[in-house]
Amino acid sequence: MNEDIELKDPVLPLGRPTLGSAGETGDWRTYRPKFIEENCIKCYKCWLSCPEGTIRVDAHGEYPYIDYVYCKGCGVCVHVCPGRKKQKALEMIPE
Amino acid sequence: MKAKITEMMERPNVLLRGNFACAGCGLSIAYRTSISALDRPIVVIPACCSSVIQSLHPNVAFNVPTLNIAFAAHASAASGIARAKKMRGEEVTTVVWSGDGGTYDIGLATWSGAAERNENIIHFCYDNNFYSNTGAQRSGATPRGAVTTTTPEGKKEKRKSITRIMAAHDIPYIATASIGYPRDLYAKVKKASTIEGYRFILIDAPCPTGWLSDPAITPELGELAVKTGYFPLYEIENGNLIFSRKGEKYRDPENRVPLEEYLSKQNRFKKMTPSQIVEVKKDIQHEWDQLVRLE
Repeated sequence: MNEDIELKDPVLPLGRPTLGSAGETGDWRTYRPKFIEENCIKCYKCWLSCPEGTIRVDAHGEYPYIDYVYCKGCGVCVHVCPGRKKQKALEMIPE
Repeated sequence: MKAKITEMMERPNVLLRGNFACAGCGLSIAYRTSISALDRPIVVIPACCSSVIQSLHPNVAFNVPTLNIAFAAHASAASGIARAKKMRGEEVTTVVWSGDGGTYDIGLATWSGAAERNENIIHFCYDNNFYSNTGAQRSGATPRGAVTTTTPEGKKEKRKSITRIMAAHDIPYIATASIGYPRDLYAKVKKASTIEGYRFILIDAPCPTGWLSDPAITPELGELAVKTGYFPLYEIENGNLIFSRKGEKYRDPENRVPLEEYLSKQNRFKKMTPSQIVEVKKDIQHEWDQLVRLE
């Protein structure tokens, strides 16, 4: 973003990138994904397919973790998880 | 094609968390994957679901420069941006990010003009099969038999083949991709970004709210569309069609997963009669026959 544009009162209908622009969307969910570390094979399929980007990975080779403040609980991550020996590394539990 | 996951992880996050997208949104997956592949993108968005996800003023969920424009003006606005930036010597990637309403129906005249002038734009169409932004009305992309709010008994006509219309413009690059295969999608966007001229990428983006399906199976629906032959994956480079490795074997009808498996997972096809299913199968075969002729 260009820093030298100064936003005064309604001059331009210009918005700024904001985290949580629809509020804390974690309120929407009825089920939450739970991460089970020993079944994770670090394939990062959950990271690839999370619509919201709430599955976070700090660097390649690290375990993923979930941002529960914004996770909407759609369950995509649980569905795509291949897991280890058919034991999924993610499961949905009631909120 | 398959991109490396390490490469994808190094790219910036273009869609910020906590936006207005529905749970399990296919468009969000498509947006995150494709826009993150581009260097210095400027995104032009007509009225579509993306303008809803973008949130209310003054907060924006898109982490890249974005211009909102009227429905039928996307490609012309992008043409202007691309030319102005070229004159000023700035290297940017100008992107049109529109839904199927803006590409198949309303914006057709605009992009047709831009494609004819071969403007330096990447045009993405995320195809969720109807006008999802305004409440699921029928569009040119709605398949036969699908229930929408304006076709309560199921659509009677087959869906348009936008890629073949696009191919008639002789543009340098056309590709189809699916959110069921994000690494394939990323690789295709990366390839498109190295080519000059008007480039078009059609992305199959299931919509759980409008397709009346389970939000968790959004990527699976994307995969099933490819495996049943319903959404073929291919690239057209300078008029030559090449089927993608992921989707090539579904060219033979015997390798395809039964279409009923795909249809039964979406409640929008609930009112379909067996004779309509036969007709949809004929539509799919017709599309493949036409594509093979472009090879």
